[in-house]
Amino acid sequence: MSGVVMFFMQIINGLNIGSIYALIALGYTMVYGIAKLINFAHGDIIMVGAYLSLVLLNTGMHWSIATLLSILGCALLGFTMEKVAYKPLRKASRISLLITAIGMSYLLQNSFQLIFSANPKPYPAFINLPSLKLGSITISSNYYTTFIVSVLLMILLTLFVKKTKMGKAMRSVAEDEGAARLMGINVDHTISLTFIIGTGLAAVAGILYSNCYTIISPTMGSLPGIKAFIAAVLGGIGSIPGAVLGGFILGMIETLVKAYISSQLADTIVFLILILMLVFKPAGILGKNVREKV
Amino acid sequence: MSSNKVVLEVEDLGINFGGLRAVDNLNMTIHENELYGLIGPNGAGKTTVFNILTGVYPPTDGTIKLEGQVINGKTPHEIAQLGIARTFQNIRLFKDMTVKENVLVSLGVHADYDVVTGMFKLPKFHAQEVAMEDEAMRLLDVFELRDDCDKLARNLPYGEQRELEIVRALGARPKLLLLDEPAAGMNPQETENLMRTIDVVRKQFGISILLIEHDMKLVMGICEKITVLNYGAMLACGTPEEIQNNPQVISAYLGE
Repeated sequence: MSGVVMFFMQIINGLNIGSIYALIALGYTMVYGIAKLINFAHGDIIMVGAYLSLVLLNTGMHWSIATLLSILGCALLGFTMEKVAYKPLRKASRISLLITAIGMSYLLQNSFQLIFSANPKPYPAFINLPSLKLGSITISSNYYTTFIVSVLLMILLTLFVKKTKMGKAMRSVAEDEGAARLMGINVDHTISLTFIIGTGLAAVAGILYSNCYTIISPTMGSLPGIKAFIAAVLGGIGSIPGAVLGGFILGMIETLVKAYISSQLADTIVFLILILMLVFKPAGILGKNVREKV
Repeated sequence: MSSNKVVLEVEDLGINFGGLRAVDNLNMTIHENELYGLIGPNGAGKTTVFNILTGVYPPTDGTIKLEGQVINGKTPHEIAQLGIARTFQNIRLFKDMTVKENVLVSLGVHADYDVVTGMFKLPKFHAQEVAMEDEAMRLLDVFELRDDCDKLARNLPYGEQRELEIVRALGARPKLLLLDEPAAGMNPQETENLMRTIDVVRKQFGISILLIEHDMKLVMGICEKITVLNYGAMLACGTPEEIQNNPQVISAYLGE
């Protein structure tokens, strides 16, 4: 394989994992923007989505229905999680919320270990379209499907946030919750909707991820979750285009480091980026102002 | 000018902040299409009254009725939807949204389409969004802000930001509009223009307006009825002439 071909293959790998990070980062960033909460359980939603879809696929259900139900299941979980764990703490200090979010993450991981055991399970990948051939490069279907689905969802989300009344309500709550309330915006509904959308996107990410790697386990969500969080910080937490940009940059850096420097160093370098970003530009690439956060 | 229909009725309203009685035994009746002034020295409790009326603080005692319906105990967004909208003493626009979007936020509360319709941009979505945009532009016309509709709110000059806050509040389609020192920081010329526009707004939209203002001359000029607050208690209530000639008001407020 020539160097150029190899390089393009790596770019495609980077876009693939980058789009997964971006999908997850969107949930982090939207929830942060509105509820000022880093929802560390967000990464585990990927795992829940993967397991839900595994269980449903194993019943012989068509993949489209299984996928739809998994997304709805995760959205319901996100909605419940906010109502049960985070809403009662809305007036509490940020650190209480953060600790609750970490607890929620462990609760999800451990309950799934209890139900499904800690052993990884094979995932019946269902994306089986013809591969795409570009000269001497072959792109398998789950790679381009992941990319296309993610980009479509990001466009849809951007239009939703920019053009609809719910999107405008979300942005107004993110800017000034008190003023939004006094203009008649139901802040509780807006926060719930944000969780529903964020966790729904994470479910999609989980299913796409499982199709690419075909092995799932109860802790599968934690590392991609943390990396998506780094992506959100990199892009500027609270900013939707920032999350997308951060996701792609991070996926690309990780893949290129794995290919050209050392696969063992890849995660180290990714976490180093987080540290450097927090030291030198805590607001992120597209972040506007540095806000106080935990 | 104003009819006899009562829009807002405040009875024996009071609030305690710990040991401090910030508002005490306030009574106020605002009629349909009336322009009502709430004045008083700094710290008299004027903004606190606004915060109670809009549900930010629950009152310790007393009742507030909007068109006969008791509204104390309701949340701010419920009260806003029932028909009380406000502006803020320190401007609180959504600064990173455009001028038009600021108005669309409050108009959107009245739009009737659900998340699925919005997500997939179904026909009902388009019809309602087009209607809302038209209404936003018509509201912006009142203050000649149409040409600035795509600017970010933060980039408007100070006076226009104050005006945009009024437009945004009008987007909530209020029965009663609360204006908290709308002319603060404006020069006399701007203040006079603003007051004229406020009067136009009241007539054009047929709403009642409750106005907090420091500038006595201005309040006397346009308000039909005035309540004077001092240390949270009602000092006087009446027409501008009555207030001007009230010896208590003169000693407490005008310092003569």
